[in-house]
Amino acid sequence: MEKFLKPVEHAVAAEKFISDEARTNWHDETLWFVRAKRDKIVHKLPEWESLRELGSQIKNHALSNLDTYLLAFEKNAQANGVKVHWAADAKEHNEIILEIARKNNVKKIVKSKSMLTEECHLNPFLISKGIEVVDTDLGERIVQFRNEPPSHIVLPAIHLKKQDVSDTFHEHLHTEKGNNDPQYLTEAARQHLRNKFIEADLSITGVNFAVAETGGFVVCTNEGNADMGAHAAKIHIACMGFEKIIPKAEHLSVFLRLLTRSATGQPITTYSSHFHRPRKGQEMHIVIVDNGRSKQLGREDFRNSLKCIRCAACFNTCPVYRRSGGHSYHNATAGPIGSILNPNINMRENADLPFASTLCGSCTNVCPVKINIHEQLWKWRQVLTEEGYASSGKTAGMKGMAFVLSYPKVFRFAGKAGRWIIRMFPGLVNNTLNPWYKQREMPVAPKHSFRDWYIKNKKA
Amino acid sequence: MKKVSLFIPCYVDQFYPNIAVATYELLQKLGCEVDYPLNQTCCGQPLANSGFNGMTSACNKNFTENFKDADYVVCPSGSCALHIKEHLHDDANPAAAERIRNRVYELTEFLTDILKVKQLNVSFPHKVGMHISCHGQRGLHLSSMTELVSPEFSKPEQLLNMVKGLELSYPKRKDECCGFGGTFCVFEEAVSVKMGKDRLTEHEENNIEYITGGDVSCLMHLEGILRRQKSPVKIIHIAEILNS
Repeated sequence: MEKFLKPVEHAVAAEKFISDEARTNWHDETLWFVRAKRDKIVHKLPEWESLRELGSQIKNHALSNLDTYLLAFEKNAQANGVKVHWAADAKEHNEIILEIARKNNVKKIVKSKSMLTEECHLNPFLISKGIEVVDTDLGERIVQFRNEPPSHIVLPAIHLKKQDVSDTFHEHLHTEKGNNDPQYLTEAARQHLRNKFIEADLSITGVNFAVAETGGFVVCTNEGNADMGAHAAKIHIACMGFEKIIPKAEHLSVFLRLLTRSATGQPITTYSSHFHRPRKGQEMHIVIVDNGRSKQLGREDFRNSLKCIRCAACFNTCPVYRRSGGHSYHNATAGPIGSILNPNINMRENADLPFASTLCGSCTNVCPVKINIHEQLWKWRQVLTEEGYASSGKTAGMKGMAFVLSYPKVFRFAGKAGRWIIRMFPGLVNNTLNPWYKQREMPVAPKHSFRDWYIKNKKA
Repeated sequence: MKKVSLFIPCYVDQFYPNIAVATYELLQKLGCEVDYPLNQTCCGQPLANSGFNGMTSACNKNFTENFKDADYVVCPSGSCALHIKEHLHDDANPAAAERIRNRVYELTEFLTDILKVKQLNVSFPHKVGMHISCHGQRGLHLSSMTELVSPEFSKPEQLLNMVKGLELSYPKRKDECCGFGGTFCVFEEAVSVKMGKDRLTEHEENNIEYITGGDVSCLMHLEGILRRQKSPVKIIHIAEILNS
């Protein structure tokens, strides 16, 4: 879980990932399959674009009145018998959970559907305090066995093949070596996880949507694990980033339609579980987390990123993500959205991410709540450069380019000289120091520029 | 008669003069009065997309100076046209910069929307694969996008359909990025080339002879990979086909 602490730059990690081209192709095709499923199902809804607009506007409204809605949510949740906690950062979030666990003498925790706890590095924290934490969603469990972080927020083990899962289960669950049958492997996980649910004293879930009007919240899952955990354990803690708030229960109809269509191409998640109050004898807690979100809310150019409902459509459509894998983004949230959220949390460690994009704009088009992702990537590049996070070599190169492009005579001289060098001394550009030349030929350098031609041939 | 000022991106001027010539001749054939402001350099996009938009002021000033009187600024490259449309500013002459932002057109958009070209007397009897460039498509809305639920259209295709004998095909993932992405092509070399190779594989499945498109930078990237692979597939800019 701690593998993210010293990030390797995206470009370097991506190159390593691509060095196994067959696996890269498989990764790309698998995720493209999900994107294609999404297309198929959204094109069945003529109102899709207005639904996106509605989702976007509700989120905008909620973000603009966040204080009102969060306080209303707290009040209504408390009235329902839920204990509400506020955490300024990851550390406070983790300590609140530890305190609840300690107070109740909890030894075993089951967890489901929470990328926020990944963001806060909750697992290693609790494990270091002697508490067992088991991720119960199948993909999450697989990567947890392997001591790897999830590589995708919706499909956490998408970087692994059946063979990898079989090997992992053989090692940890003693399944038959080399048996890659998905039915067999899933059954083994199921048996293993059933015991974990029964043994757990505490269940942690995420929150997809928190409704200010009712003080209730919704968790969307395909495996039903959030329900099993929450219904079996005597304590349920739900962890939510504060941007999960929506004003009214009726708004759920918009988001539940948008979410899974965008995420997996399903009309709706298998389970959309509504939680309002603890059952008799149970304790229910909600931890509302900031962890940099208020800072992002204050950055005008980037506040829109807080509308994200974590469907991962931008991951699946991103041609860079599909070919570099989630781990190359070295954060709990990878992909295009991660690239605009993570620099907010730590600019230095995430200065590479806004550059891991061709700015093709497909992410913006698939986003169900219309976040202008590729524009924010462009803007983050400007901020990071202004803040001094570009390498000195890159800055020097850009200064040189700016000089050449600012003076027409210098530009023409440099162009002519450059073309001459390419023609006369191709070895000066066709070498290993030139990243363009590594797998591509240089363009052919003509003797004359268009300008030369124009002066000679222009028709009056 | 429409008066057009040609905006030829820096690398097109230096490495692809034939594309600029085709653009120039095509616009003349279609009855435009065309001039090429002689002191132009670059739109500044390579700097801005690399995070150095702050360094583009002198480059922008030069651009504005060259095109401040233009009726129409026409460019055979979608991403450069988009950069001007979105980011051209000049503190010394903000009104001129704004005027240019509102008058810049990518070539095919100018042909379909302003000149309203209905027929072309040209033939190009070849199998051609269409490469859709992201900035032209998603930025300038030159064609519909697979992600959006909206009616299908394509300005470049509309023009290519007027060319006799041309057989047009698309790769399976119709509008996926080729991986050029400005300086992305060198700073993320591995991903960039992999994306380009994948585009080419999909095109090759259609047994094409040529790949065409409206953005020279994407074509330059794809051409570099094709030539390294010693592929018989050739690259041709849409202006060259429409001017053939």
